Amino acid sequence: MSIDEILFWFLSALALFSAIMVLLSKNPVHSVLWLIVVFFAISGHYLLLNAQFLAIVNIIVYAGAIMVLFLFVIMLINLNTETERQQNIWMKFFGVISGGLLLWIFISASRSAYDVANKTAMLKEGDVGLIQNLGKVLFNEYALPFEISSILFLSAMVGAVVIGKKD
Amino acid sequence: MPIQYYIALASCLFCIGVVGVLTRRNAIIIFMCIELMLNAANLLLVAFSKMEYATAIANKTNLTAGTDAQLFVFFIMVVAAAEVSVGLAIIVMMYRNIHSVDVNFLNRLKH
Repeated sequence: MSIDEILFWFLSALALFSAIMVLLSKNPVHSVLWLIVVFFAISGHYLLLNAQFLAIVNIIVYAGAIMVLFLFVIMLINLNTETERQQNIWMKFFGVISGGLLLWIFISASRSAYDVANKTAMLKEGDVGLIQNLGKVLFNEYALPFEISSILFLSAMVGAVVIGKKD
Repeated sequence: MPIQYYIALASCLFCIGVVGVLTRRNAIIIFMCIELMLNAANLLLVAFSKMEYATAIANKTNLTAGTDAQLFVFFIMVVAAAEVSVGLAIIVMMYRNIHSVDVNFLNRLKH
């Protein structure tokens, strides 16, 4: 077993365990912290796939900005002391059943798919994920979507202010 | 790594997110599970990008194959950041109006 496989299995187990702990934690602050662990594990997967730009952006944007925003809102509305009322036990049961069925469909549909049979994802090498290549394509072919996303941010900012302001 | 492993891992993460949306009542946790589903899709896109790149390298056809998928992931992150800011504003407004973030109380459209 090479070091790549050990890292892959370790990061996968870490991601799955933390994702389950996000659901099982009673305290929302603990859920946020477990979700940050998931994001770090996924960033580790990106590094393993040599997508360095996305690994750094994932840590900065998700673990750095979005999760801090979540924590800030949880502290702001003081959820960390309150105990959440539990969902009906039948609702939980059927939620888990339908999630499991969805997983079954995904796995069985992709297992025998022709397009992905005997294909491998290249680990540790390949310079497609380096910031030089991505930046060239981003500012040549994807310049218009990049500018449109700035308008999206502006509208999101205006929307957040309008919704959040006390009328 | 065989691509099937990545598909299985991303499917598991996505389904954990789906189960979280269906079984929790706290709106913030539901929102976090949606982020989890977005990240599962991102992970799968990056894995497919490296799969296409490996195929293109082996055939010596297109040396920039797989760049588009990674840029898609970048745009998904951009949209997710915008979505989170608006969504959390909505949750804060909801808490200010009904003093709870329990989604089962939000059933006024039903009757």
